[in-house]
Amino acid sequence: MYEKLITELSSTGRTAFSLTQWDGDDKQVADYIPEHLLRSQPAQLPEVSKIDIVRHFTRLSHKNFSVDTNFYPLGSCTMKYNPKINEELVRLAGFAHTHPLQPASSVQGLLELLYRMEQSLSALCGMDAFTLQPAAGAHGELTGMMLIKAYHTQRGEGDTRMQVIVPDSSHGTNPSSAHLVGYDVITIPSDDKGMVDLDELKKHLSDKTAAFMLTNPNTLGVFEKNILDVADLVHKAGALLYYDGANLNPLLGICRPGDMGFDVVHVNLHKTFSTPHGGGGPGSGPVGVKSILKPFLPVPRITCDNGTYLLNNEFPDSIGKISAFYGNVGVVIRAYAYIIINGINGLTRVSETAIINANYLMKKLSDSFNVPYNDGVMHEFVVSLKQEASSKGVRAMDVAKWLIDHDIHPPTVYFPLIVEEAMMIEPTETETVETLDEFVAQMMSVKETMERNADMFHDLPQTTEVSRPDEVQAARNPVLTWHDLD
Amino acid sequence: MDYVPASQFDIQHMLDTIGVSSVDDLLKMIPEQIFRNSIDMSDGLSEHDAAKQLKKLAASNDDIDRFTCFIGAGSYDHIVPAVVRNLAGRSEFSTAYTPYQPEASQGTLQAIFEYQSMICELTGLEVSNASLYDGGSACAEAALLMINSVRNKNRLLVSQTVHPLYRTIIQTYLKNFNIDLVTVPAKDGVTDMDQLKTLADEATAGFIVQSPNFFGCIEDVESLTEAVQQVGGLVSMVCNPLSLGALASPGECGVDIAIGDGQPLGVDLSYGGPYFGFMATTKKLMRKMPGRIVGMTNDHNGNRCYVLTLQAREQHIRREKATSNICSNQALMALQGCMYLTWLGKEGLQQIAKQNIVRAHYAQEKACSIDGVSLLYNAPFFNEFCLKIDTGIRAADVVAELHKKHGMLGGLNIKTLDESLPDALLVCVTEKRSRDEIDQWVEALRATV
Repeated sequence: MYEKLITELSSTGRTAFSLTQWDGDDKQVADYIPEHLLRSQPAQLPEVSKIDIVRHFTRLSHKNFSVDTNFYPLGSCTMKYNPKINEELVRLAGFAHTHPLQPASSVQGLLELLYRMEQSLSALCGMDAFTLQPAAGAHGELTGMMLIKAYHTQRGEGDTRMQVIVPDSSHGTNPSSAHLVGYDVITIPSDDKGMVDLDELKKHLSDKTAAFMLTNPNTLGVFEKNILDVADLVHKAGALLYYDGANLNPLLGICRPGDMGFDVVHVNLHKTFSTPHGGGGPGSGPVGVKSILKPFLPVPRITCDNGTYLLNNEFPDSIGKISAFYGNVGVVIRAYAYIIINGINGLTRVSETAIINANYLMKKLSDSFNVPYNDGVMHEFVVSLKQEASSKGVRAMDVAKWLIDHDIHPPTVYFPLIVEEAMMIEPTETETVETLDEFVAQMMSVKETMERNADMFHDLPQTTEVSRPDEVQAARNPVLTWHDLD
Repeated sequence: MDYVPASQFDIQHMLDTIGVSSVDDLLKMIPEQIFRNSIDMSDGLSEHDAAKQLKKLAASNDDIDRFTCFIGAGSYDHIVPAVVRNLAGRSEFSTAYTPYQPEASQGTLQAIFEYQSMICELTGLEVSNASLYDGGSACAEAALLMINSVRNKNRLLVSQTVHPLYRTIIQTYLKNFNIDLVTVPAKDGVTDMDQLKTLADEATAGFIVQSPNFFGCIEDVESLTEAVQQVGGLVSMVCNPLSLGALASPGECGVDIAIGDGQPLGVDLSYGGPYFGFMATTKKLMRKMPGRIVGMTNDHNGNRCYVLTLQAREQHIRREKATSNICSNQALMALQGCMYLTWLGKEGLQQIAKQNIVRAHYAQEKACSIDGVSLLYNAPFFNEFCLKIDTGIRAADVVAELHKKHGMLGGLNIKTLDESLPDALLVCVTEKRSRDEIDQWVEALRATV
């Protein structure tokens, strides 16, 4: 087992860097900068060779599960195939080697791409305008909440509408993002079908409500069939409806958030639009709005004047800036390529197949496992292992570890919070039926093994280099850098 | 062309298994008036045809391979080594999700642990998170961290020498709170110490300073920090990570929080992103820090392993009570930074800092030998400096002329970021600029002014 830290490969005087020799006068740092502004001790970075670096990080990479190596049905994360062509395109010098502050006249091709991307997202989501500035989904939510705040403020209700309502099935980022804009968060329970409880919603909507945040299909994978009533109620109360786009994958060409009545949406390009998630980022969370919110979008906005693209700051009501430049442009370029390669016909097929794959998998698992909310399931569904946990002592996390031992990245576990022992399964459209069948076969083995030897689950996984980490120790005595080692 | 592997036969087989005759049978819950509304968008293309379109768009931009770059201002043209590009491109890293299942994510987790260690080594502070979005949002997160770490103090001071775009982001983030956000004026290109002493009072939660600052000037962070800490406020320092190969570290200056953009650490310019923000702080503030944090622990067999830790701070556990709403960060870019720092190593970091300083000063001295061209501010600098031009030509026209006539991105007119700033050219010279390139730029500047 390889477990060395890069610093443990370090040997005094060894180097890997190469810099161009300076052929001017031989000057020293101290010739230019007074001593009291200089560092007294050099930073102790590792001293290693190139081959050390290559082997170290290549070996680390082998310790990861990834879409390119494993089935990865992580619910709500849409771990689909990440097209290789996008990685080539994003490295073109005209994209990768351009400076964000060079004159707009010298990056017309880039601005045209970004402009077209905004239009494509508007068309797909049924919105009037988009900003590409947010760096991730949660950053998009924050931006959306700021837009909503600016809207109410302009109408003289900024100080009175201080409540944001979220369902108890919502992603944790929703209440957290609302809170970051100073809103009080009201969490309402879902009904017995896992959907928005209209009576509960009515009870809490008032002239104090700023917005209702919703994912549709919701985190159970179920389409909120009362969405038009929800939108109506929210709007009649003078509030706005926010769409969390984490679950957009089954809706392309099928049903648009804008048509459902949403006023603000964010989309996760690293989910629906195939950009690699990078082990936790970079993502990209563009935000779309209906025309009533357009004046508030972050600046600069990309505008087109007689075929010339401009970075336009002339929007006095704008909330300002939320990223230093124009967002994660490299991620946007990949997603744009994905959109034009698929086209509307391909994107519709993406969503249809995501729905069929999920429903197929649910059907095959339903005989042996409990799927508490199975009516109107779209691209993902949630299994509850409550019964297995109470009768056999085998919990959702134990099953997750079994799957790791069988080369499958586990589904999302313990989310949404309204399902006990939840396992949220999202196969995506890019998996073959054989892969889905293999997953079913593994889940059947889980069931059989549970009958014979439930205890063995607690010692899993066994095929990975490390077994279960002691997370309590990690939090109680944090070792967060190699300086914390004895 | 698309990425769906299911054949017609597969689709039929799955529909049969489900017990429906078409996909629309699964979608009956969608109200008719919003179902399959037509969308004005073209059908798909082959990868080859799409690539042709994108290559055409790319080719129309003036990239820095053809137009020598002297612009910095938060985004820097440094060498990106092949080792870094190659390793960070490994799809085992790039196509993984956030490491929720530690046993299946030890590669990403260990690399982040190493990243955190090196950020602490650079900044001289004790703990680092796993990255934030960019330098600008890191500033806003530092502002929130400072405000949330002290009781009953609502004044936040930000130096006027902090990057104007970063200051705008701080404003955007804080607008909806009852925060007394005050700009500390600059004097001769650095934070005015007398003004800071007047403004820093008992109600001051924190102060944000940048060094090297937006104008390129190195601030006396240690003295500024003392002045704020004396009245009980916290200090955050925005820094360029490569400058820390030569300049006093945030830890040495006594600041509480170090933040900045990690782009100089081996990340392509990419028209402004993806980059990564970094944040390091003290153990005292650790449990209030935003973002993911990786910790080392043992597995059940006593082996070393890594996990996401201190998660009680985070949104998926605490929801509206979390210290931040961050979920995705910029993990792959941070990994790239980690590989880059490994490539530089102890010696390389000092060398590269020196190379930036020496080349930038060579360029500045030569430029200032031109009649009518002089330094706007005289403070010591790292790899950026401001030139004022007294020949009657505006900085905007200098930039345009250098670009159009001489084929170079010759600097930034600082008024484009803040109209209230003086008419001056902000110039950046990194280790990548050869003496020939610098000489050509000087001659072009001479011809222009």
